[in-house]
Amino acid sequence: MIREFAGADVVYLLLAARWTVALALVAMLGGGLLGLVIAALRIVPFKPANWLAILYINLIQGTPLLGQLFIFFFGLPLIGIQVDAWTAAAISLSIYAAAFFGEIWRGALQSVSIRQWEAGASLGLTYGQRLFYVVLPQALRVAVAPTVGFLVQLIKNTSLTALIGFVELTRAGQIISGATFAPLRVYLVVAVVYFVICFSLSQMSRRLERKLHVAR
Amino acid sequence: MNYNFRFEILLRYQAEILQGVLLTLQLSVLTMVFGLVIGLGVAIAAGSPSKWLSVPARFYVETIRNTPLLVQLFIVFFGLPSLGVRLSADLAAVIALSINMGAYGAEILRAGFESVRRSQIEAGRSLGLTAAQTFRHVVLFQATKAIYPALASQFVLIMLATCVVSSIGVTELFHQAAFIDSRTYRSFEAYTLITLSYLILTLAFRALFSFIYWAVFVRRPAR
Repeated sequence: MIREFAGADVVYLLLAARWTVALALVAMLGGGLLGLVIAALRIVPFKPANWLAILYINLIQGTPLLGQLFIFFFGLPLIGIQVDAWTAAAISLSIYAAAFFGEIWRGALQSVSIRQWEAGASLGLTYGQRLFYVVLPQALRVAVAPTVGFLVQLIKNTSLTALIGFVELTRAGQIISGATFAPLRVYLVVAVVYFVICFSLSQMSRRLERKLHVAR
Repeated sequence: MNYNFRFEILLRYQAEILQGVLLTLQLSVLTMVFGLVIGLGVAIAAGSPSKWLSVPARFYVETIRNTPLLVQLFIVFFGLPSLGVRLSADLAAVIALSINMGAYGAEILRAGFESVRRSQIEAGRSLGLTAAQTFRHVVLFQATKAIYPALASQFVLIMLATCVVSSIGVTELFHQAAFIDSRTYRSFEAYTLITLSYLILTLAFRALFSFIYWAVFVRRPAR
């Protein structure tokens, strides 16, 4: 039974886009927490910790996200954890995001001159005080724009979860396209929805970059 | 846990994996070449004073960079036939990947040209070099040096991104995982092996690119 691509289908796509956003938000939170750990492991003055973080980053950034998705989708059940596509997608995207957040935030922390640490020490501040009152406020200014910029990558990459069967925007497009036989119109609408989300984030990242770099 | 990992049965599929690697590399190189050609045109158009050129060029870059490659691929492969353009999976993959790379290539090239200081060009001209000589001896080397790292990492990103074209049936490396899975029912082993093959390729290319950078730009050739 073939039917026309109609307004109801656009509504269905928009509702599916909620799952795209939800997945990106979960990956942002999970990846953000893990990314903090990675960034910390990367900068502490303890070599084995640095190596561990470098290994993690190379493993994740050197393999395709699609492969990571399939490994978690098929691998977690083997260790006795039954997963649906949503769980596998959320775990795998969080692990993926952590590698990138870790690198972005390490770069931001290291962009603060070592003299700032020394100045803090010479004023008698403790390590914690130097970190929270001197270094972090400056590092945050540097980190905000690339972090928002990476969210664009994250939103776009959630589309890969369609291939393990998670029904987000792209998978919804495949379903509607199969029912209506109007792939061009369906995928153009899908692309427009992604564009609206990603372009707003890109613009926000650019504005933040201009705004936060003026004072430097 | 009572699952017996059997990676050894995958050894039977060496020929398929090798064939997959070759196709992945072909796709990556073609994408890089076509993408840079498109990117060069778009970078020049985007920097042009004519709005008729610069506005469409910027629109192209923003549209591609803010939508997923997978959707771009579906538009080319599943969408274009309804306009009467029917493409094989391989051709659709090369076209979609190149259009995608074109947008990133344009940004990399633009940054490269902007990185060469105006004073360098003026210095070249004041030494009596013609505009062409200045471009060849002054701008080209510096611009190439500036964009080389970005191009090298872009190549690896493309190689990793090509695996999405397995979803339209191109038999590149990632597709071989599905093939081996269908023959052996060893999903986890097949996808792990193929994913790690990408890691080997990534590390090999990173090493190769660093060596080339050292040989060409660091160890300055005697002239």
